[in-house]
Amino acid sequence: MTGLLELHDVSLSFKGVRALNALSFSVAKGEICALIGPNGAGKSSLLNVINGVYRADAGDIVFDGLRFEAIHAQKAAHLGIGRTFQHNALFRRLTVRENVLAGLSRHGTASFFENIFRLGRDGAERRGFLARAEQTISFLGLPRHTERVVSTLPYGLQKRVDLARALVSGPKLLLLDEPMAGMNQEEKEEMSRVIREANRVFGSTVVLIEHDVGIVLNLASHVVVLDYGRKLADGTPDEVRKNPDVIAAYLGTVH
Amino acid sequence: MTTLQESALSKPLRQPAFGVGILAVGAGLIAAFAVPVLADDYWLSSIIIPTVIMGLAGIGLNLLMGYTGLVSIGSAAFMSIGAFSTYNLLLRAPFLPLPIVLILAGLIAAIAGVIFGLPSLRIKGFYLGASTLGAQFFFEWLFTNFSWFSNDSQSLTISAPRLQILDYDLQSATGRYYLVIATTALLIALAFAIVKSRVGREWMAIRDMDVAASVIGIRVARRKLLSFGISSFFLGIAGALWAFGYLGTSDAHAFNLDKSFQILFIVIIGGVATIFGNFLGAAFIVLTPILLDRLSLIIDLSFLGDQGALANLQHIIFGTIIIVLLIKEPDGLSSLIKRGVEALRPRARSSG
Amino acid sequence: MSYFLETLVSGLFAGVMYSLVAIGFVLIYKASGVFNFAQGAMLLFSALTVVTLTEKGMPFALAFIVTSFVMVVMAILIEWLVLRPLRNRDPLTLFMATLGLSYVIEGFAQLLMGMDVHMLDLGIPDVAVQVGGIYVSQFDIIASLIALTLVATLAIAFNKTRMGISLRAVAADTLAAQSIGIRLPVIWRIVWSVAGIVALVAGLVWGSRQGVQYSLSLVTLKALPVLIIGGFSSIPGAIAGGLLVGATEALADIYIGPLVNGSVSTWFAYILAVGFLLARPAGLFGDREIERV
Repeated sequence: MTGLLELHDVSLSFKGVRALNALSFSVAKGEICALIGPNGAGKSSLLNVINGVYRADAGDIVFDGLRFEAIHAQKAAHLGIGRTFQHNALFRRLTVRENVLAGLSRHGTASFFENIFRLGRDGAERRGFLARAEQTISFLGLPRHTERVVSTLPYGLQKRVDLARALVSGPKLLLLDEPMAGMNQEEKEEMSRVIREANRVFGSTVVLIEHDVGIVLNLASHVVVLDYGRKLADGTPDEVRKNPDVIAAYLGTVH
Repeated sequence: MTTLQESALSKPLRQPAFGVGILAVGAGLIAAFAVPVLADDYWLSSIIIPTVIMGLAGIGLNLLMGYTGLVSIGSAAFMSIGAFSTYNLLLRAPFLPLPIVLILAGLIAAIAGVIFGLPSLRIKGFYLGASTLGAQFFFEWLFTNFSWFSNDSQSLTISAPRLQILDYDLQSATGRYYLVIATTALLIALAFAIVKSRVGREWMAIRDMDVAASVIGIRVARRKLLSFGISSFFLGIAGALWAFGYLGTSDAHAFNLDKSFQILFIVIIGGVATIFGNFLGAAFIVLTPILLDRLSLIIDLSFLGDQGALANLQHIIFGTIIIVLLIKEPDGLSSLIKRGVEALRPRARSSG
Repeated sequence: MSYFLETLVSGLFAGVMYSLVAIGFVLIYKASGVFNFAQGAMLLFSALTVVTLTEKGMPFALAFIVTSFVMVVMAILIEWLVLRPLRNRDPLTLFMATLGLSYVIEGFAQLLMGMDVHMLDLGIPDVAVQVGGIYVSQFDIIASLIALTLVATLAIAFNKTRMGISLRAVAADTLAAQSIGIRLPVIWRIVWSVAGIVALVAGLVWGSRQGVQYSLSLVTLKALPVLIIGGFSSIPGAIAGGLLVGATEALADIYIGPLVNGSVSTWFAYILAVGFLLARPAGLFGDREIERV
């Protein structure tokens, strides 16, 4: 089976501690794939390997038909891998609009000379960027906050800005690191709706990390369960729900 | 698409602000041209010219530090490169007009800036300070040990062989003022154009969270080097103006570590990531010693002993103000003033 | 060959002097994450205090004790007036604050005690003695012994005392240390006091070499490349870095200097440090920091 994203025996360790242990799985184009597992299972590390923040010790990754052992974060972005962060990683002194505009950087075509002196391709780029940013901002229900500096926004809204920044560039693959952390049930459902919409409207394949199993099993079409850097289960929500290992290691003990 | 049009239409409020901006720029330019009529030569030469040039240098560092988040404690080195390049270009390429010489000198400083900025691709924070501090010591050494740079002059000093544009001689205080103010005005416009462009936005993104910037596809390394280059371009031109528009005759030691610290202080005092704030910081740096001097004439400060004691007092005051500002007003004087203006605004409206 | 060796050895001794200054930085960096630019100013202030007191007729030992006390008071004031209000601010802000602090301390030092160059005689004869076929300054040997004693004392204090263990806890994980009841302000006051006394020792050794004067405060600039090479948070690193800088600088001055019109000592260490940074960003013994996102 070939997917948009395939991992083959990916391993990663920090100072001798194994974060990922010969991990393999595949994400099909267009699906919403959830990674679940207890804290320290290696979920965030996995996202970091996929988009090049960390470099895997072994194994390789195939994205959109391209095989690589290590990729630079920038290159990953230019290939169309978007990403949100578990801890706030917004450009905190910039406004919502500026954050979202920055998310479009990979589509910039004008040279710095054109940008600075507003020549040549700069005009079209500016207009195009603004239009896409406004569109994404309203898609995420943020128009009232467009001019706000993001550090002054409440946490839930910051999470949305983070998503908007990743979504605006139209990524083929969208990696979401706990997009619903710290939200109440209502907010989580709203966020689920937004992610589903993003998946449908923007056509982005989604890989997300989430702790709330109820939400995950509703939202995702594919679930991968991690435990101590290993893959415990991999399948549809129903399959995973019935998997005895998962029940023993994770579902049965938490909540 | 309707959302876009709506949002474009929902912003007529910005239109008058833009008009006010143009008015302010126009008024500023007229005022700048009128200054020599009102101020005497002392004011021009000893206060206004150095303030404007140091403010310009502040912009240079602020583009790097305030907008891109990269530390430099060697700004004066790039000023000295601008000064010595200008001197040598004027001397050795007499056919080049002054504005071209200044631009070339800025570009030479920019190249040096990019080279000394290379370590920023691997290291961060004050570790990066080491590289720029290296530039500081290296160029001071270079310009004092190789007399070619000062045309083999015995004293290792440089003074502009000519200071003219077309046929206008700019040696007088007024002439130097116009040279400085015109150059600075153009560079302010350039600075605004940069920070309002995609380049500026990407710089600020790198400053606020460089990993995230890289993850969304900003070419971090290229942008950092560009920032070093542009910052040094501004500093280089400021250095040329300092040497020939203010000092007249200077040497490498006019651009020592103390000068670098002064520029750093200008940025902190004026406000990080501001353009006009730098001139507030510069005014502070230029005026404080003069005010203390004046004060010592009025009040009897003889208990302090000599001139040196006054310099020490100045150091204490500078140091204290830096610390107090960092604690109380991390965004610098410009945010203090902005808040002041905002506090005054409702009253102005109700009274008018 | 013996010329080479003598240069190398005198360079290594100069390196010990650099390490002596660098250790003060490391202490403060470990405990409070601050790159204390004011260390040089503290050096100047403490040495100037000792000299002024002895010139007023106070016995050296008493002057030393009084100055130590003054440095402790200074540490408490710095913690109270500068560090506490700036808690939780980014390292760059703290660095700038120490830059401001260095202006204040230097200013006070010279305002109160004058700007003259004072000679300081520690009673160590600066004569050359022959050791293993090469000439070495006796002063250098004794200065190195002093440095060694200081480092040994610090090592014991760090590893054996309760305070030292708390300090290492703070250095390892500030939040965790606080949660087990270690009081940060207390740690800071102690560390800055110790750094003040290290500055005093370094100031005396340096001062007796080149006179007690303003330029003492500039040894900060010598320590910076040492710290970069050794890593900001490692005392062994500070020592190894100091030796490396001292030795290569002395050799470069002798062998490269003549090729380029004179002494390269103002900038050579920096270029070395930058080269080192590019090759080993974390320094000789520093831990690589992994960025968490």
